[in-house]
Amino acid sequence: MKTIQVPINDVKELAQLKVGDKVLLTGTIITARDQAHKKLVETIKKGKKLPVNLKGQVIYYVGPSPARPGKVIGAAGPTTASRMDGFAPALYKAGVKITIGKGYRDQTVIKSCKANQSIYLVATGGAGALLSKHIKSAKIVAYGELGTEAIRELEISNFPAVVAIDTKGHYIFEVKK
Amino acid sequence: MRTVKTAQITKTIADLCIRANYELSSDVLCALKSALRKETNSTAKDILKQLIENASIARRERIPICQDTGFAVVLVELGQDVKIAGGTLEKAINDGVKLGYKKGYLRKSIVAHPLDRKNTKTNIPAHIHIDHVPGNKIKIKFMAKGGGAENCSQIKLFKPTASEKEIKAFIVDVVKQAGASACPPLIIGIGKGGTFDKAVFLAKKSLFRKIGSKNRDKISARLEKELLAEINKTGIGPAGLGGNTTALAVFIEPFPCHIASLPVAVNIECHAHRVKEAII
Repeated sequence: MKTIQVPINDVKELAQLKVGDKVLLTGTIITARDQAHKKLVETIKKGKKLPVNLKGQVIYYVGPSPARPGKVIGAAGPTTASRMDGFAPALYKAGVKITIGKGYRDQTVIKSCKANQSIYLVATGGAGALLSKHIKSAKIVAYGELGTEAIRELEISNFPAVVAIDTKGHYIFEVKK
Repeated sequence: MRTVKTAQITKTIADLCIRANYELSSDVLCALKSALRKETNSTAKDILKQLIENASIARRERIPICQDTGFAVVLVELGQDVKIAGGTLEKAINDGVKLGYKKGYLRKSIVAHPLDRKNTKTNIPAHIHIDHVPGNKIKIKFMAKGGGAENCSQIKLFKPTASEKEIKAFIVDVVKQAGASACPPLIIGIGKGGTFDKAVFLAKKSLFRKIGSKNRDKISARLEKELLAEINKTGIGPAGLGGNTTALAVFIEPFPCHIASLPVAVNIECHAHRVKEAII
């Protein structure tokens, strides 16, 4: 089990991770799923200023359930990563170092990880209650109008995941035809 | 005639929404535990342990099992001797879903239009299906159907002369395509026969069966067993990271069909299989 401090300052540390490695993430990350991705990439295409800093950033694909009063967050497991495949390369290029989701990615994402020295991690899908225990704080930082799909900044501690694409472009799953 | 007030239906539905999302049913939990005992792959064992622990945290701390608390699917068996007082059955059900998702701090995942995508903020409308049956009771079955697994579902309209082998190959291929993205270990609901839409509905309906229950149709019972074994040989495993546990169950619901047709619909369901029922 390897511990990684996030966001990523030292790319060399990331390059040491190999497909299949089990990691624990601690630090600050942001959340984004379908609609936030669409907006972020549209903003990049227009050449406008992004509402969040993507340099060294970790994006967790999640739309949490509402927090009960006095709680930080509701259930917060990963959503299907492949829906973000069309947007991910532009975000890796803009500085994102890690994405966290569940399931398969396409070739463009694998190539983009290699080209940008970035990685993709899988967290256990459907373990939203368990994973929420590793989230210590949550606040909306952009696109609040999107509700559960807003961009949140999360403080996480020992968040468990598995390396599914490494910086060499190795992929944990079988490549789909 | 027996009179049932809509308020009672609404309260029952709200309770089902909450219980389904916090309390993983015993058949699913038993299937996960049994898979853990049989699993030989160490990563697969770790994932299954996480899922069992997840279910226990959800129940104990009232955190939903999964953040995707689903599309509300409601099947009703309405006794013909029941009179509903106070409004329509459909409104009573939707009011119940709205109440349950608010009271239970469940995620509202429904958008009003597929293209403009504005959230209804209530998780309604529910997908409601009503069957009329003899008697004076109302049986309500509720499922919180997650979007990720649902997206991996498929239908194929076979020629009526298609072989069992071809049909099985299609089903296994759908599972392979779903794989890691649909949150395995999966539950596979299959609708066979009927019209295009009937097959799809039967696939969904089959998912309401309890894991471990035997299919009354002999051909389907045999196919369920054979398909489960074949699917578990794919090596996809829990979370898609390898292992012998790719599916917990295969359910087949057959229906008569046209001489020209043989539709086969596959509805993919994740391990966070949230189904509850109540009788009024």
